Amino acid sequence: MSTPVALDADAVRALLEDVRDPEIPILTIDDLGVLRDVAVDDDGSVTVVITPTYSGCPAMQTIADDIRAALAEAHCTQVRIETRLAPAWTTDWLSAAAREKLLEVGIAPPLEATSDKRVLGGHPRGVACPRCRSGDTELVSEFGSTACKALYRCRSCLEPFDYFKCL
Amino acid sequence: MSSAHFRYVLRLGDNALVLGQRLSEWCGHSPFLEEDIAMANTALDHIGRARMLLSHASAIEGKGRDEDALAYLRDEREFGNFLICELPNGDYAFTLVRQYLLDVYHQLLFEALRASADEELAAIAAKAVKEAAYHARRSGDWVLRFGDGTDESQARAQAALDALWSYTGELFTPDAVDDAMQAAGIAPDLAQLGARWRQIVEAHLVAATLNVPPDDWQADGGREGLHTEHMGRLLAEMQFVQRAYPGLDW
Repeated sequence: MSTPVALDADAVRALLEDVRDPEIPILTIDDLGVLRDVAVDDDGSVTVVITPTYSGCPAMQTIADDIRAALAEAHCTQVRIETRLAPAWTTDWLSAAAREKLLEVGIAPPLEATSDKRVLGGHPRGVACPRCRSGDTELVSEFGSTACKALYRCRSCLEPFDYFKCL
Repeated sequence: MSSAHFRYVLRLGDNALVLGQRLSEWCGHSPFLEEDIAMANTALDHIGRARMLLSHASAIEGKGRDEDALAYLRDEREFGNFLICELPNGDYAFTLVRQYLLDVYHQLLFEALRASADEELAAIAAKAVKEAAYHARRSGDWVLRFGDGTDESQARAQAALDALWSYTGELFTPDAVDDAMQAAGIAPDLAQLGARWRQIVEAHLVAATLNVPPDDWQADGGREGLHTEHMGRLLAEMQFVQRAYPGLDW
């Protein structure tokens, strides 16, 4: 029988490095900013704090199960998973690495802050095509394959693509 | 005070749950694929919102009835949603005009609730307000397209608006629960909210070449559990599994 090993917070974070978003599996929950905090109590029990991307995100239960499974592999079973709502998740929490990974698989990352003052007058901001990088794109639907994405089409290469919406 | 608090949060949860249930009925039936996905996504946001609000209501009540017990094991008279949420979907114009009227209401409500003295409610509102704004953008776009579209789409959007208008008064008429919550700093001033809502909605309807209906008789009673004849059937479908197999879990 294996004896429980006392882990510190860094070790727990390392174990969670491979827990991924079940709907966008190239991203880890850390990349996404869903993993907010890790704490280890004196008695060795672990608390993992996560935050939902969307209120109705169906992936949260799977993510919680995957966290438990990843920690159980290291014989860590005293785990509490806490869902924290405030501050509300925002796409600003996506890491730079996450944005790169999204582009690689053909998903346009959320637009970043701009200094273009035309947006103040309601001028629409272009989403660049993740394939040919053309800025000549159009919105097909505000809602895409998952709650966090919208559907776009590139007018240059004519390919449809997912855009990770700003929230 | 705590029973008014429970009732207030429960009602917010019931609005989200019942509207989410209605929207989910479109899944697989919307006019084209992108809209089917959009409708299902919006339904999911509402059901997620309902889960957070009902869990919070459950904690306030403290009687061990969890979110599922509140959603699946209460009868019609115990539901406090607005009547407008439970009305059948009708045609696509009816569903989206209703959605627009409620999306703007929710956007303003959650904006205000971010400053609620109830911290958990404020956190839920901060989450929900972003989604409500996104929903309002889509439903508002459809109202414009239907209103300023063909004769057929214009007539349908106007008919929907005329039928729905007398269900909007309930949203902004405070009752004893609303008054107690406003006094406690938990809920916002509904008169102010209603004035803002009217300003935004009326300007949008005019842009969509739709006529703002006259303010005559207004339906009321949803908050006290006096529902339309449609509510029973909605619950029968939504609660069927838990009623047929009590305690079933998977």
